[in-house]
Order: sequence, then C-alpha cells, then structure tokens
Amino acid sequence: MILNFSRSSMQYLQTLPPDWPGGFWWHWLVFTVIIIIFLLALVMGFIWFERRALGRMQARLGPNRVGPLGLLQPVADALKVLIKEDIVPAKADKLVHWLAPVVAFVPVLMIFAVIPFQDGALLADLNIGILYVVAISSVATVGIFMAGWGSSNKYSLLGAMREVASVVSYEIPLVITIAGVVLIAGTLSLNQIVLAQDVPFILLQPLGFLLFFIGACAEINRSPFDLLEADSELTAGFHTEYSGMKFAMFYLVEYAEALAMSAIITTLFLGGWRGPLLPPWLWFLIKVVVVFFVMVWTRTTLPRVRIDQLMALAWKFLLPLALINLLITAIEVLTWPVALPWVMILVNIAIMAVLVVLWSKLFKLGWGRVEI
Amino acid sequence: MTIPLSGWEVAKQIAKRFPDAVSEAYGYFVLVKSESLFEVAQYLKSSPEFDFDYLTNITAVDYYDYFEAIYQLTSLKHNHSLVLKTRCYGRDNPTLPSIVRLWRGADFQEREIHDLMGTTFKGHPNLKPIVLWQGFKGHPLRKDYL
Amino acid sequence: MALRTESFVLNIGPQHPSTHGVFRMRATLDGEVIVDLEPVFGYLHRGIEKLAEERTYTGVIPLTDRLDYLASMSNNLAYVLAVEKLAGIKVPERAEYLRVIMAELQRIASHLIAVGAFLNDCGAFMTPILYMIREREKILDLFDMVSGQRLTYNYMRVGGVSQDVPDEFLPALDKFVKEMPGWIDEYDQLLAENEILLARSKGVGILSKELAINVSASGPVLRASGVKWDIRKADPYSIYGRFEFEIPTGMVGDCYDRYWVRVQEMRQSLRIIKQAMGQIPSGAVRSEVPHIIRPPVGEAYSHIEAPKGELGFYLVSDNSIAPYRCHIRAPSLLNLTALRDMIIGWKVADAIIIFGSIDICMGEIDR
Repeated sequence: MILNFSRSSMQYLQTLPPDWPGGFWWHWLVFTVIIIIFLLALVMGFIWFERRALGRMQARLGPNRVGPLGLLQPVADALKVLIKEDIVPAKADKLVHWLAPVVAFVPVLMIFAVIPFQDGALLADLNIGILYVVAISSVATVGIFMAGWGSSNKYSLLGAMREVASVVSYEIPLVITIAGVVLIAGTLSLNQIVLAQDVPFILLQPLGFLLFFIGACAEINRSPFDLLEADSELTAGFHTEYSGMKFAMFYLVEYAEALAMSAIITTLFLGGWRGPLLPPWLWFLIKVVVVFFVMVWTRTTLPRVRIDQLMALAWKFLLPLALINLLITAIEVLTWPVALPWVMILVNIAIMAVLVVLWSKLFKLGWGRVEI
Repeated sequence: MTIPLSGWEVAKQIAKRFPDAVSEAYGYFVLVKSESLFEVAQYLKSSPEFDFDYLTNITAVDYYDYFEAIYQLTSLKHNHSLVLKTRCYGRDNPTLPSIVRLWRGADFQEREIHDLMGTTFKGHPNLKPIVLWQGFKGHPLRKDYL
Repeated sequence: MALRTESFVLNIGPQHPSTHGVFRMRATLDGEVIVDLEPVFGYLHRGIEKLAEERTYTGVIPLTDRLDYLASMSNNLAYVLAVEKLAGIKVPERAEYLRVIMAELQRIASHLIAVGAFLNDCGAFMTPILYMIREREKILDLFDMVSGQRLTYNYMRVGGVSQDVPDEFLPALDKFVKEMPGWIDEYDQLLAENEILLARSKGVGILSKELAINVSASGPVLRASGVKWDIRKADPYSIYGRFEFEIPTGMVGDCYDRYWVRVQEMRQSLRIIKQAMGQIPSGAVRSEVPHIIRPPVGEAYSHIEAPKGELGFYLVSDNSIAPYRCHIRAPSLLNLTALRDMIIGWKVADAIIIFGSIDICMGEIDR
C-alpha cells in the first residue's frame, strides 16, 4: 500500500507543470519537507547503524538498551545534548564562535537539493548539478575553520589548520574524478547522469570510484583520515570548546556529510535509483546504506594517517592517478563510442590494477624526521 | 650467568691506577672515596677488561652518620657485574659527583635521589625535583623525616 | 624571503585520553614539529619505598602489586626473589614451576595491553585493543581461579606461592595454550602488513643501539634496538635454565620493531608455558618459613625480566622485621630517559605513538 501511494504521489507531482499557478512553490515545499525529514531521519539512523556495526565488529554489542535493538539511542543522545549548558570560552570571539556551526551545517543541507530520489524527483533539476554540489561543499570548510579559530584554544587551532589544509588538497582529485564521470555521461545534471547509467559507472570507471571514495572519506574527515577529531591526539580538535546544541550541530554535520557523500557516490557511480522490482527510492536508500557501511567498515579496520602523510596521499597519489584516469577516459570516449561499455570495462579494470600497484611501490608517504 | 666480580680483585686493579681511591673492598662490593668516584667510574667504563657499559641501578641509603650511594654496573659483552659504593658524610648538604656524562641512565635516578634524600649531585645538568611537587619541604626518604 | 615562525609550548597534559596514566609532556612546537620536550611526572607518587620500611617482609608484597599494576605477578616475583636471596631460603620444585607459569602468563597479558594500546594510539579506533582485551580476559579468569583476584594478585610468598592451584586450573591452562597461538596469528595477519601501520611506525622514533645501552634501557625497548640481552638467558633466575626459548631481537629500534618484539615474545612465552606444564611435579608449594622473617644483616639485589624490562629490588636488612631500605629499579623510568631524543624532530601525532610504543606504566615510575 505504501508503494502504491508513493508511486502515485510521485507521478502526480510530476504532472504538475512548472508554470502552474503556485505549482512551482508546491513542488519546492513538498521536496523541502521530504529532504529535511529524509536527512534527519537518516542521520539518526546512520548514527545508530554506525555504533551498532562498530560494536559488532569489535566483538561487543552496540547500544541495545534504549528502545528495541537500541534504535532510540540517537534520540537519547539528542535529548542529552539539548539540555546541556552552553559554555562559551571567555576569550573566544563570540560572533565567530556562534556562527560557526550554522556555516558548517547549512551547505550540507543544500547539497540535497540536487540529488534525485526517483526519475525527475528532485528539488531543483539544475543542469549544472554536480558543479553546484562541488561548489557548495567547499563552504562547509569555512565553518569548521571558524570553529577552530573562534575557540581561542591551541588544540582547536591546530585541528582547524589541519582541516583546511587537507580539505583544500582533496578537492582537486575529487573534481578531476568527477570530470571523468561527466565525460562518459555527457552532462552535468545529476538526473541525467543517473539516466545515462545503463551500465553502472562503477564498472566503467573503477579507478574513478576508488579515488572518489578515498577523497570523499578525506573530505568528510572520517577514519582513516579523522586526524581532526583524533581523540587520542588533540582531545577533540576543532570542536573541543563546544557544548550543548552547538556540539550537536557539529555531530550532525559529520553524519550529514557522510550521508551526502554516500548519496553522491550512489548517484554518480552506482546508478542512483535504478534497479528492478523494488520502488526506486528504496533502491536509492539501500545503495546509500551499503556505501555508508563500507565507510564504517574502513573506520573500524584501519589506523589513522598523519597529517603530512595525508597531504602526500592527496598530491602524490590521488592527483596523478586522477589525471591519468581523465586522460584514459577521454581517449576511450573519443575512439570507441559504439562498443563503449564492455571494452571499456575490461580495459579500465586492467589499467586500474596496474596503476594502483605501480603507484604504491613508487612513492613514499610523508617526510619523516625533521633535523633540529 | 652474570658473574659478580670479586671486590678484592677489582680493588687491586683500581688501586694500580688511582692509588688512594679505594677505601674498602669486601664480598662483591668496592667502596671508593666520593672525590674519586668519577675517575674510577670512567676507568671502569672504558677499560677493555671491565667494559662496564650498562648502568643497572643507582640507589642511596641513609645510614645515620652517612649517606651511601650504591651503583650497580654490568657489562653486556663480558656478562659480569660489579657493585660500586661511595659515602658522603654529614647531613646538612651532602654532595656527590654526578656520573650523568658517562651513563645517561643516571639522569632521572640521580634527580630522584636528590629529591627524596637530599644529596646534591655536582655536575648534573638538570637537578630539579622529579617525583615531588615544587615547593615540597623536606626529604621524605631520610630516616628522620617521619 | 624566509617565513618567520614562532614556537609555542603545548602541554600534552596529565589528563589526556592517550597518555598511559598521568604523564605530562611539555612540548615546544614549531608548527607541527616538536623541537623540545620535557617529561614531567610524579602525579602518582605514593611513597612505596618509605612505606616498605614500616611493614614486615611479607607485608610489603601487596605494596609491590601496585607498582606495575598491569603485571602484578612479576612484581611479586622480583620482590620475593630478593628476600630469598637475602635470607638464603630455598623454594620447593612445584612452587618454582608455578611461579614460572604465572610469570609467563603475566607477560602475555601485559604485552596484549601494550600492543593494543599502541594500536589505539595509532588511531585504529579501539578495534585491536578490544580484541586483545578479550584474550586477556581469559588469562584474568585463570588468575582469578588461582588467587581470587583479577588485577593485584598478591600470590607469591617468601619461600613459594601462597596456595596451590585448584584442580580445574591445569585443564583450563591447557585449553588456553592450545587456542592462543591461533589468535596471535590472526591478529598478526590483520596488522603486520597493514600499509598505514607500517607508514606510521616504520622508521619512527628510532633508538640507536649505543644510546639504548647508555640510558640503561631494558626489556623490549632494548631488544628492539638490536641488543640481545634478556635476563632470563643472561642471568637465569628461578628455573629458567631448564626451558628452551628464543629471544626475539629487532634490528632498527623503531616503533614497529618494538611492536614486533612484543608479539614474538608472546609466542615464546606460550612455548615456555607448554614446557613447564609438561614437567610440573607434585609436592609442597611453600617451604617452612616463619610468618615474620628476620634475615641476617646484609644487602641483596635481584632482578627479573618483567614484561616492561628489568625490574630489580635492592634490599638492605638490619636483622629486624622490616626492611631497612627497599629500592625498586623501575624499568619504565629508565626507558623514558631517552624519550626526548626519540621524539625531537617528529610531529605531535608521532609523539603519541612513540610514547605508546615504549609501554610505560605510571605506577612504577612514580612509585
């Protein structure tokens, strides 16, 4: 019954012409509500999912007290955080300190305006969709740096500096990888990219997928690149001096960015909402959860890299490989337009294997000891 | 087995170089005068037949008339050990030469003895209290502290 | 034009999720690189050496438990060996075998925590340390069976051990010894070739051989730097001369070598336990020693190979019921002497890892 309702409501929404008096605003309103509900519910779900999966992989149970299977744990966390006292350090820059969580959170929310849940079902079908995503996601960095600076704490400043350096470095390979996908799809609009994936792009661009996944983990500061909130090094990095609702906003930002990146990876590489049998939005959800599970898996398993090794990874490993990937994709699109899928898959997988092995032998991560 | 060297034999060797450095030698111990401690230790470290390159332990004991510092030395190559002792008399400001320049392992241990017993080590680069907090009055391990 | 930078002092303070215990490092940083380091400790000083002068010789044994609280059996063993050397007391055979089994089990437990905490510092978010703790729980169950305690056992006595092991101990130990090598292999497989771990710990925090000998380092820290010195082979105490085992030695002295040496030592300890279990005789577990011991006037120093290094006790006796002076040679204190040399030139993240790889326990540093 729910499936029928969703299908019919989606079809009804698409029949409304954009210039219908008030039609544009209804469209906007409905989708804004859907996106906010989707975001909040799924972020809560992701918090629960991560803690539970982390626990099971570490040979212990995750949260299992609050609600059946611990499902209400994020609700309990949210309530706890809401009733805490909001402490602002005496020497902090008040405006910057207050504004930082907002500046960090709003861009993440705005990314979801262009992610398609179903064919044509997105808030704004921009024809520069992916460019918009890249541009907006850089603004969140400013928020995090404001948090570190406005806290008047050496630890926070150190964390904020590291963060700016790493995010700026990882933008470049990310964008070049996206260019590879765009070359094959022939369009920047996310809806069109999904429609162009008769063969999911993960097969056509295996190297691109790998690079994008690593870059995405680094962009959103998840393990193994979570040296910004490294508990064992800097107490809590840039959000050391935050408490109460502001801390909750940063916590939300972390998971919302993870959700956003998972959604982008799904749309770009895994075929978005495409799939047999089940309704499209369910496929979308399943793929997003699978990508997130892989992120949780890498968090549990791998240790953390150091800041100079992180930068070396971006500049010496990801950037050259991204450029080579773009070059090879361009050559393939030019020379084999007809027999594109199968030839491309095999050739690309072979090239990826060779390149990854070669690169990991060739260069060294980080500088080592500095002579004093 | 680590062979503990006989104090008497070692004292004879030391007396050849430094005639009046040794006060007593009994069992496995050699007792030297505190002024010549540094030279004797340097000789024991650098001479090839002793070759004491590893300083195992430094302790200090408060016998009421004097403080006695005990140095346990080991040679990793020859696998023999020796106990070197020295005394400093008087309770007001007992001083001993520091052997940090020979074995850096003496660094924290001498600071601890200074902190808890009150003996000063001349020549130690950084003789700050290590275990007790700054401003602590008195030297707890002395027998007349409590 | 050269960039003018200013160095600032960062207090990696006593309260920190990752310094093992209350330990403070005053680091002078230039950007992320550490240019100077001063270790400050003394936050856990309890005056154990002074307290020992007020208690009888048997009454000091619970005090020694609290020195390196992760390896209590070894502390007990070192102390009772010193008293037995001072007083000339002999120990029955069964007690010797039990002591060796307990000491080697304790070595495995301590190294599990050391390796787990090191990996936790590297950033592998609690997963390895939780696996290691799961194995350590099995060892703690064995100790619970024997002494009734999980952390501070108070098991050894002057002249033997305090009580015999219950009947279910040896079968449970047998089961543990059969399963443990499989677990060590599994963890080694997950970790030893991990690229990130290698990149973070190979070549980091090198302690050269000459410096290691000069600062009186001991235990895994000394052996990882290339010096083949283990007190169980160089100066055997108790009945270690009867067992066959090897001494793993590193080559370079970096953090990875220290980790590797500890994993290999765990395997060798299992080998010793297997041999001891096969040879253990029956008999008394404690020789006839009076409750209050009065050793003759004299002094004695005896040392053992504790998990963290060479733990020694120096006892002076004046024929009374309490020691005249009891000095503890703490391995962690001496291993820390080279901390400044090991850390200078590296970054803050490496400082935490190098410090974690030395594996100290504040209980014995501050005493």
